[in-house]
Amino acid sequence: MEGTIDPSLFDSLSPSELKALAHCHHAKLGVDRPLRLDCGVELGPYRVAYQTYGTLNAQKSNAILICHALTGDQFVVERHPVTGKDGWWDTMVGPGKVLDPARYYIICANVLGGCMGTTGPLADDPATRKPWNLRFPVVTVGDMVRTQAALLDHLGIPDLFCVIGGSMGGMQVLEWAASFPKRVFSAVPIACAARHSAQNIAFHEVGRQAIMADPEWRGGDYREYDTRPARGLAVARMTAHITYLSELALQRKFGRALQNRNALGFGFDADFQVESYLRHQGSTFVERFDANSYLYITRAMDYFDLAGAHGGSLSQAFRGSPTRFCLMSFTSDWLFPTRESRQIVHALNAAAANVSFVEIESDKGHDAFLLDEPEMFRTLSGFLKGAAIARGLDGVR
Amino acid sequence: MIATAIRVDLQLIADMVESSTRALDVGCGDGSLLAYLVDFKRVDARGMELSQAGVNACVANGLSVVQGDADTDLRDYPNDAFDYVILSQTLQATREPREVLRQMLRVGKRAIVSFPNFAHWQVRLRLVFGGRMPQTPSLPYKWYETPNIHLCSIDDFRALCAETGVLIEQAIVLNRNSRPINLPPFVANLLGEQAVFMLRRD
Repeated sequence: MEGTIDPSLFDSLSPSELKALAHCHHAKLGVDRPLRLDCGVELGPYRVAYQTYGTLNAQKSNAILICHALTGDQFVVERHPVTGKDGWWDTMVGPGKVLDPARYYIICANVLGGCMGTTGPLADDPATRKPWNLRFPVVTVGDMVRTQAALLDHLGIPDLFCVIGGSMGGMQVLEWAASFPKRVFSAVPIACAARHSAQNIAFHEVGRQAIMADPEWRGGDYREYDTRPARGLAVARMTAHITYLSELALQRKFGRALQNRNALGFGFDADFQVESYLRHQGSTFVERFDANSYLYITRAMDYFDLAGAHGGSLSQAFRGSPTRFCLMSFTSDWLFPTRESRQIVHALNAAAANVSFVEIESDKGHDAFLLDEPEMFRTLSGFLKGAAIARGLDGVR
Repeated sequence: MIATAIRVDLQLIADMVESSTRALDVGCGDGSLLAYLVDFKRVDARGMELSQAGVNACVANGLSVVQGDADTDLRDYPNDAFDYVILSQTLQATREPREVLRQMLRVGKRAIVSFPNFAHWQVRLRLVFGGRMPQTPSLPYKWYETPNIHLCSIDDFRALCAETGVLIEQAIVLNRNSRPINLPPFVANLLGEQAVFMLRRD
């Protein structure tokens, strides 16, 4: 699979997608049976780009699915083929790490609507043979999870030892547990919520408006004009990036320190280090991420409301759940604050589900789940050990 | 977590719990009772603990524990979710002990409660002759920093059970070394330093 490319699915690949697909696996799914999206559209065939680490054991009982966040992708551990940066979760996954490929078969797939090889607005509409762009159907977290389930079917994996993810990845974990309870032995939703809050939708809307206000966006058809809304996307990223940090972290890292100067410039250059930092975050982001994809994936998060999908009762979503849950939140995360996790815990308790919940002391804000947080690793490895014993996984003391 | 020896009073509680049942330990602390129940009695045991440090330690040891408060968070659980709901040495620190007891017996088919006896002779002597708020091994705090805001005697607790229609299936009174002593009730209320009750709905 790796390296061999099915031409029927690669009509108009972007350079990033080509690089990504050359360094991971991909599957052509929904050929016989298209995927019915929440919006009513039937999608198929579609492509899922994914990466795996480790080996599936003979009992097929050691598979772990990692669900990535808004701007993450399938390159969890290794140097990223497009950005050249380290894998986004190499603190968590790798030899000797909590999720060790020597023990588990670890899978991570680029989400539906993404821009690292899985079908999204960059792909061609099979009906018109032209890029979908904004004509791509609006997808949901539920749709993302159904493509992952189809991938598991394709790989012949009946159920998962664990589904884990932070932020939007955590939303997918919750969706997995609610939609496919029998396929999820344990679930670890980190720094997430069962529904996107008004404030979070508001921040996303600012990002989307920034993209759409960029004249180079051209109604989403920028690729046809050989351009892209780089400024709009960069502003979207700058806004979002602030929400991933904490006030304390920003203050400690930058304070009011000036950038390459000794006095205020009395102009609108990046006088302050924090400005320069955000500009850098914005400009590097546009090198790797597609603007339309950003619109679609933020929309999927906005639409996420697990209770709403189950008659308004979150506990109903988890009724009779056989899954072992471990939730984690971070004290300084104001994007997905602890009370959101606690609400999920309440619902799980009301469903008498097996649940653990830990709030981790950290001043690093929402991004903490991506960073070196020993308490998170300690909690997770204890939880997985308990789960592995309960599942009878080999090699667990 | 591989449980080893546990405190004598916790061992007593563990002995009351039948194997392969479901139990919730409210105020589970470092999880030693939970671990014992899981490892030696194959109990599907869950915990609730107020201190975040306690919760984190439990989960890191593979136990299913959430951060929560006996006074407010038992309400989240459905009726009859557990065979046993355990509250060890915590009742006297709750804001509404009667309501906590009611919730325990709603969520669990049985409740196991242990608490220090405020009518123990040492406590009585210290108050009567010392004229000061009693400090004993089971009540070690000074009056201004004690978490124990609703202390009671063994007889008080029996009276509460009678008033609220709670059946006492078993009552064990412990001496200063946490050893069970077999005494008639009015002597037990004088000589028992703590008590463990197994309760169910009438």
